[in-house]
Amino acid sequence: MQLDETLLFIFMLAAFLGFQLIKRVSPLLHSPLMSLTNAISAIAVVGAITIAGEKDASPFAQVLGFVAITASTINLVGGYLITDRMLKMFRKREDRP
Amino acid sequence: MTDHLVQLSYLAAAALFILSLLWMSHPSTARRGVRAAEIGMLLAIVGTLVRHEIVNYEIIALAFLAGSAIGVPLAYLMPMTAIPQRTALSHAFGALATGLIGTAEYFRLTGMDVAPSPLVMSALMFEMFLGFLTCTASIMAFGKLQEIMPTRPMIFPLQRALNVSIFIATIAAAIALVVLPAGPVLFGVFVGLALVFGVLLVVPIGGADMPTVIALLNAYAGLAASAMGFVLNNKLLIITGALDGSSGFILAVIMCRAMNRSFANVLFGGFGQLQTSAAGAAEDRTVRSLAPDETAMTLENAQSVVIIPGYGMAVAQAQHKIHDLYQQLTQRQALVRFAIHPVAGRMPGHMNVLLAEANIPYDALVEMEDINPEMPMTDIALIVGANDVVNPAARDDPKSAIAGMPIIEADKARSVMVVKRSMGKGFSGIENELYFQDKTHMLFGDAKDYVGSVVKELASTAA
Repeated sequence: MQLDETLLFIFMLAAFLGFQLIKRVSPLLHSPLMSLTNAISAIAVVGAITIAGEKDASPFAQVLGFVAITASTINLVGGYLITDRMLKMFRKREDRP
Repeated sequence: MTDHLVQLSYLAAAALFILSLLWMSHPSTARRGVRAAEIGMLLAIVGTLVRHEIVNYEIIALAFLAGSAIGVPLAYLMPMTAIPQRTALSHAFGALATGLIGTAEYFRLTGMDVAPSPLVMSALMFEMFLGFLTCTASIMAFGKLQEIMPTRPMIFPLQRALNVSIFIATIAAAIALVVLPAGPVLFGVFVGLALVFGVLLVVPIGGADMPTVIALLNAYAGLAASAMGFVLNNKLLIITGALDGSSGFILAVIMCRAMNRSFANVLFGGFGQLQTSAAGAAEDRTVRSLAPDETAMTLENAQSVVIIPGYGMAVAQAQHKIHDLYQQLTQRQALVRFAIHPVAGRMPGHMNVLLAEANIPYDALVEMEDINPEMPMTDIALIVGANDVVNPAARDDPKSAIAGMPIIEADKARSVMVVKRSMGKGFSGIENELYFQDKTHMLFGDAKDYVGSVVKELASTAA
């Protein structure tokens, strides 16, 4: 198995894009930002599904994959719900009940 | 054909994640950002599930159920004051998943007829080192934030030497595995060392440095996920990990700057240990204190008030009483604003979330740089549970342990009020000159109770 160099270019571009995007985020929202990026990084579940679900997966791989999917799902579900819960609370002066 | 569809779903997911971070920049679009990220995630998962190599759907479904059964209650029952702990815990879960996927991938690669290339092995080792160390480090951070463990830095002799040698041993094991991948025993040693290193990394770090540490762990978790993308040849993972990683690093840099310290100093400094001896002599100095009814009277006549919250407000759960105070004062036509120091609290943006929870509009929350020029025109600076971030020594005394740290210049206000439990010192252990100024009044008591009585007093005079 060889490593494809184009992946390095993708990483480089995404990292620069990330810096530019995050710099624009208001400090007001740094906590929800962190929990959102956390939820997004639960995308590792994609890797976990591949490990656990493959045709020739060993029982060991299935166990590891199972735990990994569970852990990622906790982050995924919890991360989105709590980010939204936080953001719902941020209101301006006029639109308070 | 399905392979193309899978790649398309990943492409769309990556675009949606980028949009979601773009929309996070402002509160008015932020919730749209969460929606975008949710749709992206759904696309990516469905895309992965339809791949023809995937057959064990029972396991996957079961794991999804288990994860949701834990994740949903965790998200709804978690009080807002516990957000830093939850964040640490979710870094631990994410990093654990990354580490375990790496482990499975290691055994798959070494079980094949063709040896994996050194580059793939390097990416895998990088992934697993960061994954496992972030996992235990985040659990330690959780323990400190939840106060299961002492929040003071724990320092012991030869600590640095031990940390460095464990780090070198881990890297050596990783290099050996890159050169000769087949070595299950060495692999076990490597994983063990990475786990231990994570614990040791957080042991010497104290509570007030947690914002930086959490941000840094966020970055590590992201980089580990990105490295996993290199191993699994998955571009979506690489992009997402890079976005997550750069977010963590930017936040960590912001936190460090707000304390005028370097990464190295936060990670290896053992701050808050040394100064306790120096202050003893000054214990008997007098301070002025005020009772709640006197405080209410003074506040009643103020035109402009700046409230400076700190971690103490979170501990006392005083944010709702602060909201009532905010309302009482705004009804009297006073201009009330909140000055937020970047490192106030235990994670980036901690104070903003608590005040938003208490229904305080976010346009009343002002950043440090924007409020400081207005402090001299402010009638009352009311400090609730903050200490080091308003200590003028950081600005005036080059010998102070916090010298050079940017502060909210409460001492420039016409008068200062400090809600405080006792004369105890802040996290850094440094005496705060602010408390002994002529224009400063100490409001001794629990922040929630004290502010509560002030509000009661104000409400009765209003009627």
